[in-house]
Amino acid sequence: MRVRAHMSMLFHLDKCIGCHTCSVACKNLWTDRKGAEYMWWNNVETRPGAGYPTGWEDQERFRGGWEFKDGHLDLRLHSRTQGLFRLFFNPALPSLDDYYEPYTFRYNDLFTSPEGEDQPTAIPVSMITGEPMTPEAGPNWDDDLGGSPLYAQNDPNLQALDPEVQAQLSEIEGVVFQYLPRICNHCLNPACVAACPSGAIYKRAEDGVVLVNENKCKAWRMCVAACPYKKVYYNWATGKSEKCILCFPRLETGQAPACAHSCVGRIRYMGVLLYDADRIPEAAMVPDEELVESQLRVILDPFDPEVIAAAKAEGIDDGWIKAAQNSPIYKFVKVWRLALPLHPEYRTLAMMFYVPPLSPVVSTVEKALRASQGNGGLVRLDLPETDLDFELYESLEKARLPVKYLANLFAAGNEALIVPVLKKMLAVRILKRQESLEGRPTEKALKVLADAGLTLEEAEAIYRLTTLPTLEERFVLPPYHREMAAEVWKDPLAHKGEAGFGYIQPPLRGE
Amino acid sequence: MNWNALLFGVFPYIALTLAVAVTAYRMVYRPFSVSAQSSQLLEQKRLFFGSVAMHWGLVIVLLGHLLALFLPKGLLLWNAVPLRLYLLEITGLGLGLWALVGTYVLLARRISVARVRAASTAMDYVVLVVVFVSALTGVLTALLYRYGSFWFPAVMTPYLWSILTLQPRPELIADLPFWTQLHVFNFWLLLAVFPFSRLIHILTVPLGYLFRPWQIVIWVRKLAR
Repeated sequence: MRVRAHMSMLFHLDKCIGCHTCSVACKNLWTDRKGAEYMWWNNVETRPGAGYPTGWEDQERFRGGWEFKDGHLDLRLHSRTQGLFRLFFNPALPSLDDYYEPYTFRYNDLFTSPEGEDQPTAIPVSMITGEPMTPEAGPNWDDDLGGSPLYAQNDPNLQALDPEVQAQLSEIEGVVFQYLPRICNHCLNPACVAACPSGAIYKRAEDGVVLVNENKCKAWRMCVAACPYKKVYYNWATGKSEKCILCFPRLETGQAPACAHSCVGRIRYMGVLLYDADRIPEAAMVPDEELVESQLRVILDPFDPEVIAAAKAEGIDDGWIKAAQNSPIYKFVKVWRLALPLHPEYRTLAMMFYVPPLSPVVSTVEKALRASQGNGGLVRLDLPETDLDFELYESLEKARLPVKYLANLFAAGNEALIVPVLKKMLAVRILKRQESLEGRPTEKALKVLADAGLTLEEAEAIYRLTTLPTLEERFVLPPYHREMAAEVWKDPLAHKGEAGFGYIQPPLRGE
Repeated sequence: MNWNALLFGVFPYIALTLAVAVTAYRMVYRPFSVSAQSSQLLEQKRLFFGSVAMHWGLVIVLLGHLLALFLPKGLLLWNAVPLRLYLLEITGLGLGLWALVGTYVLLARRISVARVRAASTAMDYVVLVVVFVSALTGVLTALLYRYGSFWFPAVMTPYLWSILTLQPRPELIADLPFWTQLHVFNFWLLLAVFPFSRLIHILTVPLGYLFRPWQIVIWVRKLAR
């Protein structure tokens, strides 16, 4: 057992309102620079939808992640020799048009235009060439267009669905969408690291953050194609790859990443997970439907004395172990089993987790009822209000956002992993609703709770951490002791009176 | 001192000194500046035809030049049979033409594609022009003054060795035709430009990728000890 610590984030999708505040916070902090305008280290997608970059989940085209074939785990992108032969041209690299050409507007024209008949307008101009252009795509171009034939139907996760269900998803009454915020997943088995010919990308053992060493990066740009989430970006101005750094300068000073801290819906949680590095290879080499289970086995119980001893032997201090024990991520992922990684079938062992969203059932139940009665009018469900919840609980397969669709996103198509999660969330919701309506949990609600496999205490804890958490409960950040790490490198007294350590070069092309 | 001695006896040493000293400085003290500066993100299609042709054409032709430098006798023995001589010359000419066309495509692309132009520095154009002249004069030499692989061991190999062994004999170049002289001078120019441009990425060919483990994990704190 080789214990390491990991800073992980959790996205409670049931709470996401798709406001893009996270994206803007990240953009302002990190990618508001020349060459980085098109990058969104954090972005929010509408699902079903094609995402950003467009169609990033189509691995036949972009060749991201790992492939498990004949007992071997190989990069889908290339073998080592192929990698060297493709240095001069990488056929799987997305082009700028797969993202979008960044643009701004000539606002100055509004003030400096000569007097005339018409109102002056601010025309859009490219942020690369400065020339006028017509924007044809953007980072959230299909925002809120869940049922649109133009965008939503290009979602690769819809492909495996029955044509009937697909048709239903695009009907006006049946239109449904959810939001999917994405950052770098800081994987345990990162494909970007493995694909880099220069060996410039690495994972920090202390906290699992995956970083690009820009001094070593030589612009071979294999990482961009190899990352199945398309979360490594190429800066065309400096000729270096860049990616989400999990705001490590903020983490090291006790602050949550900017995207998480600014989250309006408070959907993001941040905490420590302890994992066993020895189990990583075997975890990535199991059949698709077992991938989630095998990944959860890599994550260790921070209360187990054996794990604690092994962690201390690896130099993980008490502060980190305590943070791991209080970690909201550990509770959601391992204790309650409510959260899943995004696209486990890419086999990179993504370490950011998602609680899948609930969706309405009523309209589909109504439709079935209407069909059985053979009349065209709108039929109200013939159920007392209090029973409505239970009807939904029993008819999860009729959820407007098909369970199969969620399974394609979060469970490599394995519906058996999604159903218990949705049932637990619904059971907690039913329980709390009954409590506030009746003043106590009804017998029926308790039965549902037991059926979902939850105790009353667990349900209460899930409810509290979901709806009422304080900042300190959402972000359980360990002490990094950055000052001690810096002192190992530099004598602070020798640098007294200076601003920062070392010599920093401007990030200019070729300088 | 005449022009011949200046261009082919003195300038090579300036170029070599720059190439070694500035390259070493840049690799050690300015590592961020070392990059292939790919522009594939901005434009793909023309890059494919230009980049693949230029890189492979130049790499193989350069290896051929190196072979002639280190094994002149072997080359002469190979060329003893006319058929083998023709085979070598045709292959070399073909690769040279391929590289020439590729470089032209890249140069035209850099000038005409607005996005790529926006990302370019003056040095990016200089590099392409120098490489283009190199390929062009090389192809002209191969076409006009047959057979290069026959006279290279007799003229160029001694000249290059005279430079490398610090006993320069620029007079060996003096009687060569103009295009060939330009080809030789352009090489020294390329070497002088090398450390100041993106050409430096040639040194960073990542052969280590064949041997390193897939994953790289670094203990920042343990590393410091």
